[in-house]
Amino acid sequence: MIGVGKIKQYSNVLDKPLSKGKQEVSLSAFAFLFSELVQYNQTQVDNIAELERRLEDAGYAVGARVLELLCHRDKGNRRETRLLGILSFVHSTVWKVLFGKVADSLEKGTEHEDEYMISEKELLVNKFISIPKDMGTFNCGAFVAGIVRGVLDSAGFPAVVTAHFVPMEGQQRPRTTILIKFAEEVLQREARLG
Amino acid sequence: MASTACFIIVSRNDIPIYEAEVGSAAKREDAAQLHQFILHAALDIVQDLAWTTSAMFLKAIDRFNDLVVSVYVTAGHTRFMLLHDSRNDDGIKSFFQEVHELYIKILLNPLYLPGSRVTSSHFDTKVRALARKYL
Repeated sequence: MIGVGKIKQYSNVLDKPLSKGKQEVSLSAFAFLFSELVQYNQTQVDNIAELERRLEDAGYAVGARVLELLCHRDKGNRRETRLLGILSFVHSTVWKVLFGKVADSLEKGTEHEDEYMISEKELLVNKFISIPKDMGTFNCGAFVAGIVRGVLDSAGFPAVVTAHFVPMEGQQRPRTTILIKFAEEVLQREARLG
Repeated sequence: MASTACFIIVSRNDIPIYEAEVGSAAKREDAAQLHQFILHAALDIVQDLAWTTSAMFLKAIDRFNDLVVSVYVTAGHTRFMLLHDSRNDDGIKSFFQEVHELYIKILLNPLYLPGSRVTSSHFDTKVRALARKYL
């Protein structure tokens, strides 16, 4: 008879173990998904700033979850309480899990005390994207900037994070820099903790 | 042995997102508000203490009469607070760690807004089962 059979038991996600998961995801699948994300947002907004903000918000949600998951999985339940600690956590652990390699460099800004920069020769999300001239300084790395902001904000280090292209001599594609500008309270707390 | 215990999860923005009375003692009418009041008053202490250590389990941080407040702070500054009258530190630590795993699974849901109330009844059942097991 049609319809007779074992009724599938759906086990609740809370009962499944928190596994390490698949370490690798198809790059083309991700690139396709990301391009759809950008295209979908493009149809919803009428200016560049709004598009960047939407990509950032999408990344923020990822960042908040990545922080909790990685601290539990990879760091054995130790929280980061210092500025350099959380920056090196983002620069190595987060980057390694998300992009398969540590970020190219982490620098402290020279002009301002509260600025730090994470640089990458070619951001994974920008690998298959070229920006048309009429979009000016738009950078799809805003998604990654959102991820970093999500991690920092959830850990208690509020910051303004933006992605910029930095042209390099001798290279066709410009380098991408994630600029992190911490809020005043973060520096005050750092000074207080000594 | 009857024990009183009140467990709440407070988000980063100081909004309770889950609460449960998990003690095995009989419920008193005035006790519920009193428990929550004590836990909320302890939030200030947690905030200061959280920045002095990189451990997640902060043991007993406050006491009221014979009730003790124990707190566990996650990486995203979500606080698990337990008001209890027992002295079983190891049991409480294991309880917090198991609830932490459950909380991460809830958080990973892309449709769950971080900082909003946890409404899953399955989560509620599991927390109460863990409380019976460890407390």
